[in-house]
Amino acid sequence: MLDILLPILIFSALLLTVIGAVRRFRLWRQGRSAPVDWVGGLLKMPRRYLVDLHHIVDRDKYISKTHVATAGGFVLAALLAIIVHGFGLHSRILGWALLAATACMFTGALFVAKRRVDPPSRLSKGPWMRLPKSLLAFAASFFIVTLPVAGILPADFGGWILAAILAVGVAWGVSEMFLGMTWGGPVKHAFAGALHLAWHRRPERFTTPHNASAARSSGLKALDLENPKSTLGVEKPADFTWNQLLGFDACVQCGRCEAMCPAFAAGQPLNPKKLIQDMVIGMRGGTDANYYGSPYPGKPVGEHGGSPNGPIVPREGRALVDAETLWSCTTCRACVEECPMMIEHVDAIVDMRRFLTLEHGNTPNKGAEVLDNLIATDNPGGFDPDSRLHWAADLNLPLMADKGEADVLLWLGDGVFDMRNQRTLRSLIKVLRAAEVDFAVLGNEERDSGDVARRLGDEATFQTLARRNIRAMSQYRFSRIVTCDPHSFHVLKNEYGELGTADMPSDYEVYHHSTFINELVKGGSLTFKAWKGGSVTYHDPCYLGRYNGEYEAPRDVLRALGIEVKEMARSGYRSRCCGGGGGAPITDIPGKQRIPDMRMGDVRETGADTVAVGCPQCTAMLEGVVEPRADIKDIAELVADALVIDASAGKGASNREASQTQRNVEEVTP
Amino acid sequence: MPLNAESPGASGLNVAVLVSIGRHPLTARTRRADQDARAVEMALSLKGASVNLMHAGQHDSDNEEAIRGYLGMGVEEIRLLEQMPQADVVPVLTDALRASAPQLVLTGTRAETGEGSGILPYLLAEALGWPVINGLAAVEKVEKGVATVLQALPRGKRRRLRVRLPAIATVDASAPAARQSAFGPARRGELDVQPHASEADPSLSQWQIQPARKRPKRLKIVKSSSARDRFKAAAAKSDGGGGQTLTDVTPEQGAEAIFKLLREEGVLR
Repeated sequence: MLDILLPILIFSALLLTVIGAVRRFRLWRQGRSAPVDWVGGLLKMPRRYLVDLHHIVDRDKYISKTHVATAGGFVLAALLAIIVHGFGLHSRILGWALLAATACMFTGALFVAKRRVDPPSRLSKGPWMRLPKSLLAFAASFFIVTLPVAGILPADFGGWILAAILAVGVAWGVSEMFLGMTWGGPVKHAFAGALHLAWHRRPERFTTPHNASAARSSGLKALDLENPKSTLGVEKPADFTWNQLLGFDACVQCGRCEAMCPAFAAGQPLNPKKLIQDMVIGMRGGTDANYYGSPYPGKPVGEHGGSPNGPIVPREGRALVDAETLWSCTTCRACVEECPMMIEHVDAIVDMRRFLTLEHGNTPNKGAEVLDNLIATDNPGGFDPDSRLHWAADLNLPLMADKGEADVLLWLGDGVFDMRNQRTLRSLIKVLRAAEVDFAVLGNEERDSGDVARRLGDEATFQTLARRNIRAMSQYRFSRIVTCDPHSFHVLKNEYGELGTADMPSDYEVYHHSTFINELVKGGSLTFKAWKGGSVTYHDPCYLGRYNGEYEAPRDVLRALGIEVKEMARSGYRSRCCGGGGGAPITDIPGKQRIPDMRMGDVRETGADTVAVGCPQCTAMLEGVVEPRADIKDIAELVADALVIDASAGKGASNREASQTQRNVEEVTP
Repeated sequence: MPLNAESPGASGLNVAVLVSIGRHPLTARTRRADQDARAVEMALSLKGASVNLMHAGQHDSDNEEAIRGYLGMGVEEIRLLEQMPQADVVPVLTDALRASAPQLVLTGTRAETGEGSGILPYLLAEALGWPVINGLAAVEKVEKGVATVLQALPRGKRRRLRVRLPAIATVDASAPAARQSAFGPARRGELDVQPHASEADPSLSQWQIQPARKRPKRLKIVKSSSARDRFKAAAAKSDGGGGQTLTDVTPEQGAEAIFKLLREEGVLR
């Protein structure tokens, strides 16, 4: 009887799966068009999944191994089951293979079930709690059904009752595993995920080595502002590109993003996992009542809903997502770094912010003021742009306008208006002079890099600032840019390139000062005193680490100073954000605690007396934490303090010369 | 406050806002003028009112960018009454207002460019024969052609006025801040450019215009041993000293008092 029933079950399930797949595909295609490599992507997909993705999946060893057994077993079992039971090819070898596959899957499923006994809060419940049972049902039913094929049991073993039970088991397993894949069950992640990997919006993320800067592909994509018809950002789910929608649908709700998100931990109304699920809800239409994960802190589930062509954030009232959810993000990229599905949360958030700023004109709190300042004065603080070099009045900085060319263009950033960061800049200049680096600054020709404007969604202001900076730089010859601001670093390195023209190319070689100092140290141009301070820990800035993969140079420099870095539990690619990125201090969405306080807590756990940083934002955020706390020192400051300047040698001569030219007028006491 | 109307009931009210080209105080870049933007904000916050923006001046790329700043607040169209440089805009605005017959005209107290004397609303009021209110802080309600408004007085004081429409009202920094100007609506908004004959301002052409210089402020040196006194002296707002408040006087008596003061101060001779 099963011989008749099984093919019917399997093939009807497969037919429904294909119908579901077509429907799902049409859901994704509601999005805007985006060019993809249809066939090439599909061909590359297995490699992307098995090789390029593995290091991310493997960060959770337990589930990584479990997944190999379960998913590997399932894929093999499904294929064999279709051949053996679907087409009735009762070969003994295939039967044994199918037995092995289902046994493997069953073992994996047991571990899935174990994880679900007392699941961590980051995991979604609901249908996901059913999944291990369905996996076990699928594996067990096919195992027993296959026993006669392998010749272990007689064909009519068990009679009617067992056959009925097995039919139910197979039906259950097949509906969860085949139908669920395309009709929206938990196994949907396998189907959407595989296609997402094939037609990913940033295929360059799958290049090897995965830690290379290009493989990070962290620069935001520019909006086309020349075309008056182009949509400014994302208003409704259908405004995403279709492969972004596909990406959202690939989410497996593992909640690794949630566990890493600083805004979620601070109790701000953001949960990256829920945000992605909300986009799936919007793509399909409906409410979030059937979401079984952690909500946005402070926002109960079931009150929001939307549709593919309805607004995500309405001007008034409630729709899919509240604006403050989008403005809570610090764009620290911890979620993107953790996501085993390579979903691009930050892109999506900035896309939606773009609409809020460019169309609604609704950047919260100080956002509007900062953007107005950027437009009118080229810096977020509204300072006189001609006073950019006032802090360095005594330093006699070489200007590009005078020199015309230099080896290094020193990009100062908006920290020039901040008294704390001026100390860092002074230190950096002392270091550059000690190493006799041929450098120059743009001075008043420099403008804000546009980072804040872009993260606040004001693409228009970003592009204006960027184009003017590119024009200013195109007048001069230099071989590289050095900056102590990772935000400028990232924007200059990864986001200006798209805005260059044929006569004004904008692909620069950009160095963060820690990388540059590391080169100087390795080249032997700097000598240091022995380190006498206390213990030191290092805080990785998001825009240097996760955005650009630079984790080692700052640590090398500290090591060269004789410092042994006491690492925080969350460091390197898992470094916790200081709370200063993405315009978060400007939009200032309230939470239960402050992100920098949590980060300072991490520092406290190491017992370090000093925390070394490499970013003006981090410095400001961490120094804003109340005492008692560790001292905050920029890498440049630590290096400058430890410098041994040999006066007799040529080193430092230019420095002294400079300071002497300053003193050609001296005050005479009467 | 006996505010029975939760939102200013202004349905069907026809509001004209006169906007000018602003100038950033530090960088001198053109922008939407702050006070005029506040006037637009006030007009847009009147529920149900139809809002028309008007600018009399030149049509060039710098100006257009500044004017688009107002469009970015969510206004669909702005009328640009094109004028020659250095033209007197009072006649063309008078004609335009007379023709479009708005019930309420809003504008900033003074422009950030040009003469910036702040006299334009008064000249328009005189030409049209309409009342003029300065320092408008809020429109509370509009009923049967009479508006109840709050006027801002120095030091945060407010005075409730009833004014028969049509009227001209100017807003200053005490009015609510203008909303953000967004790129999308600014780009989409229409500029309805209408060339108009310009009347040259004869006196303006003779003037020599130069940037204002900030005059140094005389420091009041308080010789007191007590830190409290010194702090009070530093923090206190300087009182105008003298002066008198006239209440319940006839317009003639008021005018008489102003006339007397101007004569005392040597403004009129």
